[in-house]
Amino acid sequence: MTKKLYVARSPRIAARMLGEEMLVMSGQGSTLFTLNPTATILWQAADGATPLDEIVERRICSEFEVKPEDAIRDAEALAEDLAKHGILLISEEPIARPDAPVQESR
Amino acid sequence: MSVLMQEMSERALRLGVPFSVQLDLTYRCNEQCVHCYLDHDDHGEMTTAEIKHLLKEMAEAGVFILTLSGGEIFMRKDFFEILEYARALTFCIKLKTNAVLIREAQAARLRDLGVESIQISIYSHRPEVHDAITKVPGSLRRSINAIRFLRAQGLKVVVGNVLMTQNMQDYHGVRALAEEIDARYTLDPTITPKMDGDRSILDLNAGESDLRRLFRDEAFVGNADEFCAPPPAPDENSMASLPCSAGHTACYVSPYGEFYPCVQFPLSCGNVRQQPFIDIWRNSEQLKEVRAIRLRDLSSCSQCAHGSTCTRCPGLAFMEGNMRGPSTADCEKSFARTGIPSANLLAKKEKASPPRLVQIQIVPAITGIRLSGMGSSASAVGA
Repeated sequence: MTKKLYVARSPRIAARMLGEEMLVMSGQGSTLFTLNPTATILWQAADGATPLDEIVERRICSEFEVKPEDAIRDAEALAEDLAKHGILLISEEPIARPDAPVQESR
Repeated sequence: MSVLMQEMSERALRLGVPFSVQLDLTYRCNEQCVHCYLDHDDHGEMTTAEIKHLLKEMAEAGVFILTLSGGEIFMRKDFFEILEYARALTFCIKLKTNAVLIREAQAARLRDLGVESIQISIYSHRPEVHDAITKVPGSLRRSINAIRFLRAQGLKVVVGNVLMTQNMQDYHGVRALAEEIDARYTLDPTITPKMDGDRSILDLNAGESDLRRLFRDEAFVGNADEFCAPPPAPDENSMASLPCSAGHTACYVSPYGEFYPCVQFPLSCGNVRQQPFIDIWRNSEQLKEVRAIRLRDLSSCSQCAHGSTCTRCPGLAFMEGNMRGPSTADCEKSFARTGIPSANLLAKKEKASPPRLVQIQIVPAITGIRLSGMGSSASAVGA
């Protein structure tokens, strides 16, 4: 990965923890998703200011037995997928204001 | 409801989570609809700060779907402040409004705030009918304009068509209008009593022949023979089923903080101004009573042929005097749909029928005595 990636929760979604899962409704077509524990960690940590690799290192590698390079690759794929559904915003710059115009999917 | 949403509702039920809440922000309204069940005077609405506090409690309790309704929600000057706060708490927000105060700017703001859907009441495609129901000239035109503004922003709009005697002929026209303006359509043929118990507006309910015609209308119900088929006999599963989601995964809070199982179920369970939301949800004796009820516990409905398919509303039953009793409005719908009277309607008919006259023949031995009267025995006469 040559450039840092920043991720932020989309301001257009609805979300709530229900038991062990995060329930997320995308603003795009009112589509409902559930996030598994790993995806939930990533989504909750997506503050727009912390680079994705740092989130993976601090929040995922510390909790799951996984190689950092594998975890980062999986996290990027997951972030891309969430972005396609309008759940997450991705940018190569810090996302200071989640409602500011940013790239929703790459 | 999607399969996943159904699954989440069932999980919420297992976890005891209040998944869906309707919060009425005000009972004030800029329309004066003939069938409205509310008192529109302000008797001390919750303040902005009280509502924000409540929203925070609801989010912590796990509420996901939040329906903001009224009265007319745009009558509150702080409406957008409340909505913005609610969206920051990541609720899935549904709005119910007459929309006459929505212009381009409001529609754009609703879009920016990520509202899930907006349900707008339309009674007829004909202004003379719609405006006569709302008692506001020009209200149909303004509501339709608002729908266009909202659709232009890509927002999901649902046209809510409440049917009553005044507009019973117009539902085809309203659905066509909804299609024309690219809105979804939903229909409700039930007028409910006022929340203070006044039942006078029930006279506006559609009559049996109108309901029968609606339920045979394949443009609305699909296969009419299937829709109107006699119900299957209730089995063990249906006897153990819950009457509806009220008090189980859903509840209602009034503008004054009163906590009810549902907007149509005015059984006070507490007040969020005096108790935390979650304490009422978990500990209210009234809610515990509501949650304990199964079909097999219902006095009349457990014996009724319609038990497994009836849309019985426990709130309407409560307003008739017994939350374990029947809801006559739903009995009438089941009858109009299938032609089979419910146990409740049969009992009412039996009660209302004139007492049997006992006809007594004149016995030759006692000629001159003519007897007629009511009762089951006249054997002693003339003895």
